[in-house]
Amino acid sequence: MAQTLLKVDNINVFYGNIHAVKDVSFEVNEGEIVTLIGANGAGKSTTLKTISGLLHPKTGDVLYKGKSIKGVRAHKIVEAGLAQVPEGRHVFLHMTVEENLDMGAYTQPASTIAPNKEKVFELFPRLKERRKQLAGTMSGGEQQMLAMGRALMSNASMLMLDEPSMGLSPLLVQEIFDIIQNIHKEGMTILLVEQNAQMALSVADRAYVLETGRVVMDGTGAELLTNERVRSAYLGG
Amino acid sequence: MNKNRKTLKMPVRYLMNAVLVVLLFLALSYMTGNMLSTYQNKVLMTVGINIILAVSLNVATGYLGQLPLGHAGFMAVGAYTCALFTKYSPLPDGVSFAIGLALGAVMAGLFGVLIGVPALRLTGDYLAILTLGFGEIIRITLNNIDDVLGYSLFYGSKGLKNIPKYSNFANVFLCVVITCFLIHAMMKSRHGRAVLAIRDNEIAAESCGIQTTYYKVMAFAFSAAFAGLAGGLYACYIGVLNPSTFGFMKSIEILVMVVLGGMGSMLGSILSATVLTILPEATRSFDSYRMVIYSLVLVLMMIFRPGGLLGSYDFSMSRIVEKVMNGELFHKKNADKEGADHE
Repeated sequence: MAQTLLKVDNINVFYGNIHAVKDVSFEVNEGEIVTLIGANGAGKSTTLKTISGLLHPKTGDVLYKGKSIKGVRAHKIVEAGLAQVPEGRHVFLHMTVEENLDMGAYTQPASTIAPNKEKVFELFPRLKERRKQLAGTMSGGEQQMLAMGRALMSNASMLMLDEPSMGLSPLLVQEIFDIIQNIHKEGMTILLVEQNAQMALSVADRAYVLETGRVVMDGTGAELLTNERVRSAYLGG
Repeated sequence: MNKNRKTLKMPVRYLMNAVLVVLLFLALSYMTGNMLSTYQNKVLMTVGINIILAVSLNVATGYLGQLPLGHAGFMAVGAYTCALFTKYSPLPDGVSFAIGLALGAVMAGLFGVLIGVPALRLTGDYLAILTLGFGEIIRITLNNIDDVLGYSLFYGSKGLKNIPKYSNFANVFLCVVITCFLIHAMMKSRHGRAVLAIRDNEIAAESCGIQTTYYKVMAFAFSAAFAGLAGGLYACYIGVLNPSTFGFMKSIEILVMVVLGGMGSMLGSILSATVLTILPEATRSFDSYRMVIYSLVLVLMMIFRPGGLLGSYDFSMSRIVEKVMNGELFHKKNADKEGADHE
């Protein structure tokens, strides 16, 4: 079995008095796609933000490559090789596609930019076509691709995606998930947070179901896809 | 398409700009010596000081994308620091002036960090109100402390008098050049890119591994430090400091210059600082109508060019020279169109 890359150990996260994430534990092994699914407000994004250092758990620990990254500042976590694509297509609207990608390599030595950019263009041919275009003039799906491509510029060993399918047409959702699988094939470990349970489970090696801040179920993607409770709650019968 | 494009090497660019600056200096100093009256010379120096203020505020407003309203406060910190140092220092004039200015800038920069750390947790109107409050605290404090530990230092609302008048056209000009150069160099560097990225999208910047808090405070302190420099020049130009000079209206005046010039455009700030300093002086013969003209210009500007005089356009001499070298100065529009058609 592959090594555990990320281990979330019994974290409790609060927004003021609101207990958003309760005793959540899970792990991601090297080379896996793991997905967290659940309804609105289940604590998926909060969990992701806790891992990436934007929020801090009150109790519990987050281990990356065996080392605790609890309380480490967000930029240090990116430097350590944990890249995040935040929810909602955050790209630099006033920069071109290429400049956006350059920013993604901010923590990396300049010599890595050119080869990494080639890789990104291979994965996203559409970004290559539009390399000189301002990011603000691109469609939602293209911006999502750009945000993902930018995260790949940081030589990350693990990629965290927060709702990559949000607000996209079914066709584009399919395209994004194809790309996620391509990225995975190149050896990237992926933690995917999704509301689109059908898509997420069909690509995932393993999955965890979150409900009101707790992990209520886990299993392989295929298992959960056929699970009665998951089907009725998230897959519409 | 652009692979065979001729470009200028960096040293050539710097040399070219340096030569232009020297020529401008010679032209202006010839004018101050021979053509301009004492009054006009004073206006010219005010222009210089206002340029520094506008360009420095542009760092916080245009590049960082925040709206601080306490710029006069930082100017006051620099002005009083420089004034007190030059007034009491036994050093020779030039040295004491240089140290005074540097101290003023450093002190204002420190205040920038001090205010920036809590203020930059906020954005938009909240930040505006917080910095406005800070500016007023500085003014009111200066208004009310006459002495420190028994020594008469600040003289409160009576005003600090007899400050040596070291400022002249040459050193104001030098300070303007230094300010513009340092800010330009900062913004072209990796740090400047980080600041621009934060303005564009803070969440994305954070996910790229940029230390957002650090860079926000740094840009803010940088902006404050140059306001302090302008304050120092002002103190040694006017000779008397009165806390009421650094009120809320002064901050607004500087902000108007930046907004009018186009946020994020250094040349825009320079131009509008020049215009807005000269305009009220040039229209002095219209008596009390001059303020109406001033306000009208602002209203019309905002209606017809809401992005400011130059928008976010920044002037680059080397870019123009490169265009001439490539014979595309007059084909620019066609080249742009081609690029657009490709998409």
